[in-house]
Amino acid sequence: MAATQVIRSEWTKIRSVASTVWTLSLALVVTVALGMLISALTRSEFDRMGPAAQVSLDPTYTSFAGMSLGQLAVIVFGVLVVSNEYSTGMIRTSLAAVPQRGAFMFGKIAVAAALALVVGMVTSFLSFFLGQAMLGPHRAWIGDPGVLRAVIGGGLYMTLIAMFSMGVAAMLRSPMLSLGILMPFFFLISNILGNVSATKKIGRFLPDQAGSKIMQVLPRAGDDTPYGPWGGLGIMALWVVAALIGGYVLLKRRDA
Amino acid sequence: MIEAVGLTKRYGDKTAVHNLSFQVRPGAVTGFLGPNGSGKSTTMRMILGLDNPTSGRVTIGGYPYRKLPNAPRHVGALLDAKAVHGGRAARNHLLSLAQLSGIPARRVDEVLGVVGLQDVAGKRSKGFSLGMGQRLGIAAALLGDPQVLLFDEPVNGLDPEGILWVRNLMKSLAAEGRTVFVSSHLMSEMALTADHLIVIGRGQLLADMSVKDFISANSADFARVRTPDTEPQQREKLTAALTDAGGHVLPEQDGALRVTGLPLPRISEIAHDTDVRLWELSPHQASLEEAYMRMTQGAVDYRSTIDQKAGLMQPLPPGVQPPMPVPGQGQPDWYAPPPPQQGGQAFTTPGQQQAGPYAAPAAPPAGQQPNPYAQPAPQDRAPAAADVPASPAATQSEDAR
Repeated sequence: MAATQVIRSEWTKIRSVASTVWTLSLALVVTVALGMLISALTRSEFDRMGPAAQVSLDPTYTSFAGMSLGQLAVIVFGVLVVSNEYSTGMIRTSLAAVPQRGAFMFGKIAVAAALALVVGMVTSFLSFFLGQAMLGPHRAWIGDPGVLRAVIGGGLYMTLIAMFSMGVAAMLRSPMLSLGILMPFFFLISNILGNVSATKKIGRFLPDQAGSKIMQVLPRAGDDTPYGPWGGLGIMALWVVAALIGGYVLLKRRDA
Repeated sequence: MIEAVGLTKRYGDKTAVHNLSFQVRPGAVTGFLGPNGSGKSTTMRMILGLDNPTSGRVTIGGYPYRKLPNAPRHVGALLDAKAVHGGRAARNHLLSLAQLSGIPARRVDEVLGVVGLQDVAGKRSKGFSLGMGQRLGIAAALLGDPQVLLFDEPVNGLDPEGILWVRNLMKSLAAEGRTVFVSSHLMSEMALTADHLIVIGRGQLLADMSVKDFISANSADFARVRTPDTEPQQREKLTAALTDAGGHVLPEQDGALRVTGLPLPRISEIAHDTDVRLWELSPHQASLEEAYMRMTQGAVDYRSTIDQKAGLMQPLPPGVQPPMPVPGQGQPDWYAPPPPQQGGQAFTTPGQQQAGPYAAPAAPPAGQQPNPYAQPAPQDRAPAAADVPASPAATQSEDAR
């Protein structure tokens, strides 16, 4: 009973602020549009690519190219859902109404994650179909081996990114601090660590690097990643669990 | 019933609340008074289980808040009027809180009507004034029809109509047998609202008594006697005679005398016997505000000082007097008098220019050029106070309620 009450309340909260609509629709539009653009460019450049590149072209992953930018909007969504409570002081009213802090936090995260999952799935499927339409003759089909897994994985990836942001925001409380850490990390630092050969071995265990493996259908040339698509998503899920536990422990202990 | 036992809260080196023990009983409005930073809000947060006490405990109906079954239906609280997501409509804000506590949605419209916000229910609270925010916060506290209510500074930012409404709301809630705990830093407001007072300063208990006891313990009756200003020797003559008769006489700055220990008729007789004419003989009562100020004086953390305006002053042309500062303002013993409508009559009585050591000094004599911003205040106040014929007896009976 307490859990359903929290979930209903959180649903009211999340649908009654403009930031939810803005961040999630931005995530969808940016991811799909950028995926289409990159797919269209790939199609027009295909004949000029080297034979090795032509062989290893992963049409599914190409249509998910917008994810790297679109995930930033998902991060903003996740951070705002949690840190809004702190920046407005609403947390005191909320916790006075639900003294069971665990129920409160996980109810909030469940609602936001469910919403992120729906938007993530829509985004992922739209990205795939519209991206493949742009790729024309080089396209993949949803029935091809591994493709459906990659498309569903894209939706899961967005959900996990949102949940990770919520966990970090629950630990840090301040929206500015949370965004200031998460945005550069996912946009720059993780990519740099994952692509520089010296740090690659560590970099590929970072949440987004590991998680994005699920969206790849064809392994990249010379890929020696020690985990598979689901293994990568599992590593990302571990990061999420760690962030949420951290957030929960701090919420439980700290003065609100 | 709220019960605190040895409640202590430390933030690092700073002790916000120290060894606080008190009980808040049902069926009465309990005022929680203290200067800024005295630990009122910290105590409120600990009652609600938001902050963990460093030591000691506080319970509601025998349970710590976090273990209270169905807490939001049992306890309602207004902590901070601004603690609302500004982008969320007032009704949605209340709806989310109602759902959190399993309260039906129609109750939301009910409380919106109670606080008078039904017309702006669909508006984002971003555009609300402080007073509207307070009303929204009070609505949230009333949602669960709770038996225990906590209000932290509920009248901040409210208009006079709103202040009166809150005052009556508190009283009616208490009359229904609920426990009502209201914090404030305005003694004058609490004197009209509360039945019982808990006063803290620097996190420590200074007083825990009924308003009636507080009045009798802290307000000494005195008589103000004024002899003709033109004949100072009459004043000395009367002072001597009154002292001989066993009275205690204190001269006031404006030439009047404050006499204690003698009833008014006796003072009149003595004046008649010594052949002194009187311009004024009036009964007075030291106000609760004064008593409260005296009590918390040593426990005030944040005290204003005179603004030196160093480096901001324009060099004055020769022969021009510098502007007079508002007399008394910023000096340690200066307290602004409360506005008349808040029950401040207790010490801004009509015709009274100098109401003891804590009141504002009289308006500067005509001819001087005082601070232009300060000038209207004392002048406006005098007629306003005169409009309200505040006999101390009336104030007292109001206080006693």
